[in-house]
Amino acid sequence: MSWYRPSDVGLETRAWLARLGQGARLFVRLLALVGPTFRRFGLVRDQMHFLGNYSLAIIAVSGLFVGFVFGLQGYYTLQRYGSSEALGLLVTLTLVRELGPVVTALLFAGRAGTSLTAEIGLMKAGEQISVLEMMAVDPVQRILAPRFWAGVIVMPMLAAVFSAMGIIGGWVVGVLLIGVDAGSFWSQIQGGVDVWRDVGNGLIKSLVFGTTVTFVALLQGYEAQATPEGVSKATTRTVVVASLSVLGLDFILTAMMFSL
Amino acid sequence: MPASPSTALVELRDLSFGYGERVILDAVSLTIPRGKVTALMGASGGGKTTILRLIGGQNRAQKGELRLYGGAGFEDVGAMDPTALYAARRRMGMLFQFGALFADLSVFENVAFPLREHTQLPDPLIRDIVLMKLNAVGLRGACDLMPSAVSGGMARRVALARAIALDPELIMYDEPFSGLDPISLGTAARLIRELNDSMGLTSVFVSHELEQTFAIADHVVILANGKVATEGTPEHVRQSTDPLVAQYVNADPDGPVRFHYPGPSIDDDFGGSGSRPARSAGWWGRA
Repeated sequence: MSWYRPSDVGLETRAWLARLGQGARLFVRLLALVGPTFRRFGLVRDQMHFLGNYSLAIIAVSGLFVGFVFGLQGYYTLQRYGSSEALGLLVTLTLVRELGPVVTALLFAGRAGTSLTAEIGLMKAGEQISVLEMMAVDPVQRILAPRFWAGVIVMPMLAAVFSAMGIIGGWVVGVLLIGVDAGSFWSQIQGGVDVWRDVGNGLIKSLVFGTTVTFVALLQGYEAQATPEGVSKATTRTVVVASLSVLGLDFILTAMMFSL
Repeated sequence: MPASPSTALVELRDLSFGYGERVILDAVSLTIPRGKVTALMGASGGGKTTILRLIGGQNRAQKGELRLYGGAGFEDVGAMDPTALYAARRRMGMLFQFGALFADLSVFENVAFPLREHTQLPDPLIRDIVLMKLNAVGLRGACDLMPSAVSGGMARRVALARAIALDPELIMYDEPFSGLDPISLGTAARLIRELNDSMGLTSVFVSHELEQTFAIADHVVILANGKVATEGTPEHVRQSTDPLVAQYVNADPDGPVRFHYPGPSIDDDFGGSGSRPARSAGWWGRA
């Protein structure tokens, strides 16, 4: 491939458009398979357990430490202006609106996304996908769709856990260690956080990120070359593409939700 | 002797297939007779596994037709829509080279998988069917093991039990003998023959194992250079005077099937100052 030869550029562009089209077709199929997938809820439940429960520890611990840091940094800034009692509100809004969905999605891409890509890629390398096809079992419906919908469902739950742990972390540092008034901490949260505008928009973000990260992971696994090197590259691409997509989408969603 | 169309379960007519510039099958015509054990043989890269993939609709031929099942349902696989293709696949089973068992399911659940996917049978009936199929391959006692706990030969027998779980009409085996010890090899060959006869199947298998293949096959097809070099009974193939077939049956390293991959001449590579430059050794060749 050389960038100065029009024929090579054209060939590469066509191949890229073909990949894009295949990806779009797979995405539409996964959305359309919502009915058949939930009719066999046991498959979705197993994947929710795999993607959700096994990600819980890293999400909860990360949320707690992010809350600790926000408690410290927030207090340091707010006390300059004599508003340290707003620490709870600062920590909560930051987590619920932004960091909860975004950091959870990034961690989810690293923890569950890579595992999905490797699993599907290795199934392909081990001919298990071919076996399904030869058994007249649609691998997209049987393997990909339950994982996709499980990812979409667990992501908001994990983001909620992350935010809750972050708020607890902020409380530990702000109230227990620094000595901010506990009543002010909680009442500022109660009075300043809007369920629909703040929590609701955070929920929408985490749904979009869950859809994006899970889809990227499944697509990379499904399109991976059936070799050790192919699976390795696909796993790396999952983290890169999913993380950049989450950050890009976060900007767009934030602009739409909070600037209007 | 080719089977007549009326007795054929699978029929290839002037079928061509390739990957890019590389031709794998070049206008191949052959029939797979109903109720018989057919062996596909020939040098590596000769298109044997490709034929199995074409029959299963995993690859589509670029030219020609591949017709399945005879009678009213004698359809061209290449022209089937996904629904028809899946319906056709429900009537066939395939054993992959290394079994391709689902690693997260036990031996029992692997065999039960197609039954759970395609039938509404109650669990007690599924249990009985699975144990019967496992008994047929001698692994009823291994039903609770995980795939990681069984040997390669056993994994293939489990995969065979899974492939016959829905009582298919056609069963395809991709190199069922490769990498097996003599006992497992003999067992696998006996199973192919016995299952074919007892279940009234039509079996097609790809093999490089001459002795066992000739012992169990009714019909042998030798593929070479993208064509059918010869086909017929094992005796007919053994006595063939075709140089391609003779090379394969006698295991000669060189002959019509070339030992050397096509490339520059010896003089071009070793002929002194005018020799062509060596290609980059790549990552592996670095000191």
